[in-house]
Amino acid sequence: MNEPLSIPDRATLHEIYRLATLIKHADDRFIELIKAGRIASPYYSPRGQELIPAAISVSLLASDVVVTTYRGIHDQLAKGIPLKPFVAEFMGKLTGTCKGKGGPMHITHVASGLPVTTGIVGSGLPIANGLAWAAQLRKTGQVTVCNFGDGATNIGAFHEALNLASVWKLPVVFVCQNNGYAEHTKYEFGTSSRTIADRAVAYGMQGVTVDGNDAIEMYGAARAAIERARAGEGPTLLEAMTFRFRGHLLGDDGHYIPKAEFEAAVAADPLPRYRAWLLAQGHATEGQLAAIEAANESAFEEAVAFGLDSPFPPVSELSTDVIAMESAS
Amino acid sequence: MTATPLNNVNMVQAIAMALDDAMEIDASVVALGEDIADAQGGGVFRCTAGLSTKYGDARVRSTPIAEQAIMGAAIGAAIGGLRPVAEIMLMNFMTVGMDQIVNHAAKLRFMTGGQTHVPLTVRTATGAGFGTGGQHADYLEAWFAHTAGLKVVAPSTPADAYGLLLSCIFDDDPCIFIENLPLYFVPGAPPVRGVRLPLGRARVTRQGSDVTLISYSRTMLEAQAAADALARDGISVEVVDLRSIAPLDMGTLLASVAKTGRAVVAHEAQVDCGIGAEIASRLHRELFGRLKAPVARVGAARSPVPFSKALETEFLPTQARITAAVLETMTP
Repeated sequence: MNEPLSIPDRATLHEIYRLATLIKHADDRFIELIKAGRIASPYYSPRGQELIPAAISVSLLASDVVVTTYRGIHDQLAKGIPLKPFVAEFMGKLTGTCKGKGGPMHITHVASGLPVTTGIVGSGLPIANGLAWAAQLRKTGQVTVCNFGDGATNIGAFHEALNLASVWKLPVVFVCQNNGYAEHTKYEFGTSSRTIADRAVAYGMQGVTVDGNDAIEMYGAARAAIERARAGEGPTLLEAMTFRFRGHLLGDDGHYIPKAEFEAAVAADPLPRYRAWLLAQGHATEGQLAAIEAANESAFEEAVAFGLDSPFPPVSELSTDVIAMESAS
Repeated sequence: MTATPLNNVNMVQAIAMALDDAMEIDASVVALGEDIADAQGGGVFRCTAGLSTKYGDARVRSTPIAEQAIMGAAIGAAIGGLRPVAEIMLMNFMTVGMDQIVNHAAKLRFMTGGQTHVPLTVRTATGAGFGTGGQHADYLEAWFAHTAGLKVVAPSTPADAYGLLLSCIFDDDPCIFIENLPLYFVPGAPPVRGVRLPLGRARVTRQGSDVTLISYSRTMLEAQAAADALARDGISVEVVDLRSIAPLDMGTLLASVAKTGRAVVAHEAQVDCGIGAEIASRLHRELFGRLKAPVARVGAARSPVPFSKALETEFLPTQARITAAVLETMTP
């Protein structure tokens, strides 16, 4: 990345901030609600990785498609999932995006361009290819962005999918959010390549490593990859370097992370850093950022109230959507 | 459609016809799999021969040998608005793509609260008899039937293969369509072009009054032969071709066994935890007290499919073993 980084316009910078802070707020509140017993669910926090999808999604169209994983609320919120059914799904309520039948690990919202969220490491990549193949055949112009972690790059599905995407020149952007840990295993204990982007070489694909915690760098790399895909020039493997502040699963105390590494990461928390940069560069005023934060909070609290007030699914939902209704017997 | 002489179409031809007819009437039908395009030979069994030439390489795509990639691409394409037909050359290779089939194709309709569904057909072939040994001939239909959200079909005749494959392709759920290698080349009556056969319907292929013999796929040949031979000994066997394994047509099975009071289930999969166990359990539950004998099951031995011909013959549910099971239910 030797070219000078182009800084997006002010509205885009503010939108990235809005999305990233909405994600952080949602994450904080979900953890509070789980600890208070208001939500019963395992939870995989994306805290620390907010800027990645925020900086990607501002270059996506509403009709574009995002595939993500069980650690995916940042990707879903950045793609514009409506808050009320999103929060209700977390709570297992009938008013949730999936009628409470998917849950936090499998949040899906087709209308927002979120057709597949998988709880299986690496499984989203082959499916993203199929979504992209359908777009290619139907000439819809849609781009598919497929998110996964560094751990997913060691499973067979990753390699099969990258190979096929390259051979078929599919309009996909593979985004590896490299937070340095596959569950509790540090990168170098489980991954043979120097970088994840290096692996793209084996598949004749463009591979790029960027600082995912730098909104401007992330924005530029994502925009280039999305444009390549949309122009029919094929897939890109984008490796976004980041850090996971709240462990693999809620309750994980992070004992396997060296103290110095953790403290350095917290000191470099990308969100306050981005906020300070916006102010220092004169891209935003304190009042503008405070207004964004306040709007996020009130919208989210409305969604929490909606979720808490919503009913649980009736038992009849057990036998609904298993197969098509007309063929159920 | 002119009258055609009987028994002049084999299953390979019937499958090719169904694929051709489906692609002809609906541009969203696409096919993918190893070697399926004409440049690669039109499929290792030639079920897809001619399709890529007629419909183009974009709709009929040969893939790398990568079952996870094939299944994932098919699932994504199905969610993206297409009706893909994926060919997984042999049923044992389904195991390589099992995560995609079981965790995704089968469950996404439910897990998304009905927002998405996966109108996908997976064609896959299997069956002992060609000396392919333990990793190329398994019948794994019970694995799929055990998974909520999947439909499982196993035709025994070319005409059924045609009509059921059309139904699978235009069904809105994922269907596993099981083809049998030895049956590929057995000629049968031609299908009625354009006519779909409903999923979940068994067919009584021979009327009888003493015992109901339930089978599917290639074992139907052994079952029919056993019934023919037993008829000469004065034993009247009603034969039911299941055709669909999931959903099961319990109505037809219960009506037949209520009449005969005896049932034998025969399939090429091993007996333990096979489809026969499910059928036997349901028959016992519904007809307990009216059965004249316990439901009998015939299937493969509990061993991997063996290579040696001497072992393979013993492994399979032969006509002789099916006959013995029928006679056992007739013994007071």
